[in-house]
Amino acid sequence: MAMDRRKFLKIAGLSAALGLGGKTALDLLTPGEVEASFEKAPLMQGKKWGMVVDMNKMTEEIMDKCIAACHNVHNVPDLGNPKEEIKWIWKETYEHTFPGQHHEYVAEQYHGRNFLLLCNHCTNPPCCRVCPTKATWKREDGVVMMDQHRCIGCRFCMAACPYGVRSFNWGDPRNAPKDRNPNFPPNMEYPTRSKGVVEKCNFCAERLAKGQLPACVEAADAIEKNALTFGDLDDANSEVRHLLHSHYTIRRKSELGTGPNVYYIV
Amino acid sequence: MYDGGKIIVGLIIGVGLLLFPFWYNAGKAAKAPDPVLTVKAKELKACVMEKSYMTTSHMQLLDKWRHEVVRSGERYYTAPDGKTYYKSLQVTCMDCHDNKSKFCDQCHDYMGVDPYCWDCHIEPKENN
Amino acid sequence: MLDKAIKGSQTYWGWIITLLVLIGIGFACYLYQWFEGLRITGMSRDVSWGFYIGQLTYFVGVAASGVMVVLPCYLHDYKAFGKITILGEFLAVPAIVMCLLFVMVDLGNLPRLMNVILYPNPTSILFWDMIVLNVYLFLNLIIGWNVLSAERKGIPYQKWIKVLIYISIPWAFSIHTVTAFLYAGLPGRHYWLTAIMAARFLSSAFCSGPALLILLCLIVKRFTNFDPGKEQIRTLGGIVAYAMIINVFFFFLEIFTAFYSQIPGHMNPIVYLFVGLDGYNKLAPWMWTAAFFAFVALILLIIPATRRRQDILAVACGAVIISTWIDKGFGLVLGGFIPNPFERVFEYWPTVPEVFISVGVWATGFFILTVLYKIVVSVKDEVAPS
Repeated sequence: MAMDRRKFLKIAGLSAALGLGGKTALDLLTPGEVEASFEKAPLMQGKKWGMVVDMNKMTEEIMDKCIAACHNVHNVPDLGNPKEEIKWIWKETYEHTFPGQHHEYVAEQYHGRNFLLLCNHCTNPPCCRVCPTKATWKREDGVVMMDQHRCIGCRFCMAACPYGVRSFNWGDPRNAPKDRNPNFPPNMEYPTRSKGVVEKCNFCAERLAKGQLPACVEAADAIEKNALTFGDLDDANSEVRHLLHSHYTIRRKSELGTGPNVYYIV
Repeated sequence: MYDGGKIIVGLIIGVGLLLFPFWYNAGKAAKAPDPVLTVKAKELKACVMEKSYMTTSHMQLLDKWRHEVVRSGERYYTAPDGKTYYKSLQVTCMDCHDNKSKFCDQCHDYMGVDPYCWDCHIEPKENN
Repeated sequence: MLDKAIKGSQTYWGWIITLLVLIGIGFACYLYQWFEGLRITGMSRDVSWGFYIGQLTYFVGVAASGVMVVLPCYLHDYKAFGKITILGEFLAVPAIVMCLLFVMVDLGNLPRLMNVILYPNPTSILFWDMIVLNVYLFLNLIIGWNVLSAERKGIPYQKWIKVLIYISIPWAFSIHTVTAFLYAGLPGRHYWLTAIMAARFLSSAFCSGPALLILLCLIVKRFTNFDPGKEQIRTLGGIVAYAMIINVFFFFLEIFTAFYSQIPGHMNPIVYLFVGLDGYNKLAPWMWTAAFFAFVALILLIIPATRRRQDILAVACGAVIISTWIDKGFGLVLGGFIPNPFERVFEYWPTVPEVFISVGVWATGFFILTVLYKIVVSVKDEVAPS
């Protein structure tokens, strides 16, 4: 069979590409191995997690304790400047939490009042829509989860979030100033993050798996019960549903259709 | 050879650069890895999988675990011997093997492997 | 044909060396960013995209230059453009390369770049942007290289190239549309949440791309033996004129919607950009400069007497580029983030390392552009009837 050098090179190149591509395709397309065995924590099934913040019970002290508990348990560093700061839960005034709502004649008790803000774990989250690697996604139980192993740090989710709840690790969190973070990391049972990934409140997924309440709820409960209430929005008999049924609540920017699941009793 | 002088000089420099790791490290044999088990690990006698598997494939196991824990929410592992473990490098593995520099690093340093797990997952504090 | 790029005059080599030095400095600064993290840039929790993404957006527009020459030539038989389609295609290639490089330097975790391919998310516009940009890059590279090779050998190019050329025309429109979709579908960013975002991207692309192409044609004419042609430059000038008119018109449409509706969310970003909010007004002088240059460009482009004079056209093109660069490469991104979702202003300004990294990326793009254009003019020189 007559073959010239050009034809030979073409065939060789095509075979190499098919050989390599074929193996890669097989790796990508074959289903994963079946699990040896696992145990699902009982709290994970059939839930739609949500939170109710009762502003009639909430105080500055409770909010500070919630923030400290969360940031402590999750090794969130205090970087001390608004440019790089990382916050999973924080305080913001009424005017800036609900920018479309406030007006000149706001009731005295809400004028400049601090609200407690965290990720709303939306029902229809734009952040999950835009993530190119599904490093953030909505779990079946409602938690909008972060996979820091997969995040490429593109920050598209930060642009997409209408609520400003996401923080990026602009530098190495372990380089946080020592005077603001003595004994960092405070919790040896939870990882820190590395530079270059996005993070946010994860509704304490690791605690939910053990049947515990989120750290902020536990901290608030120690001072005043039901200042924060966490529960299953799908369960008509849950405390959160009871609260929503009997009180008027507002949510941040609800007109955007994101379906935030953090409700504020005002 | 046309331009022979330049070619030979170029070849010498090129091959020299290529073989740099060998002649730079000549005479410095690295110590063979000597991983030491902690007292706790020795007493327990069993890891989450048998030793032969762990020596060859602990990275595959950890990779599978991290995928299952974070993405599927499946945080508990039942070993072939029936025991249940919480899938966590930091909390479970390091509970027994908390002497990272005398255990994990022994083979890793020898092989020139630098796993980035420790960028996030906290190394246990060693008191030596 | 690549060997044509290593034979050149002293001026050519001086330019190449300058670019390589700038690339080196940019790379060194990038290493600093690699080890320190993106904190060395001016970006912040509130303004989480900045100069890098702005430049990505701008150069997607420049990549349109190709289609504005190819479309009249192949769909409307405007044979005059046949002479310079190669210049348009070989401007699109480095433009897309710059886009991809800007994405890469912006990523927090570049080693994980392949995750976008290994774990794709089809609902994410970034996924589609990656696809359309890369395909467009290869389309232009393959088309340009093969057409130029055929021209060098004095034979017509293979028929399958024509198929690729026809695909590249709607594909060029797609790269702008998809890049605009990155911005236009985000519910919380009022400055971006407009149906005409893609239309604005297209109109600014079709004036900035050909404007740069005109300037490059004039440079090629000045420094080499290849004359792109008086008629070609004149037609391109007309294209830039119409596209700039539409571009400015679209901007006024945005102003009307924002200020007639009086909705604060729509007005505030524009007020911040042009006047300032809460005392923060770093961007105002820049935006008014952009407005001034747009005005100058329009005057020079609309009046036929000024548009038809190549030296004045060059000034007009420069004005178009400055104006669109400020608007799209800077104002667009910042307007989406300021004010933040809490209606607070947190300003952004690029840092020195950030600028040097960007200069390094520009230098890489111009390096590729210089090499490709050198090959083109050398080949044209080779086949020109002496």
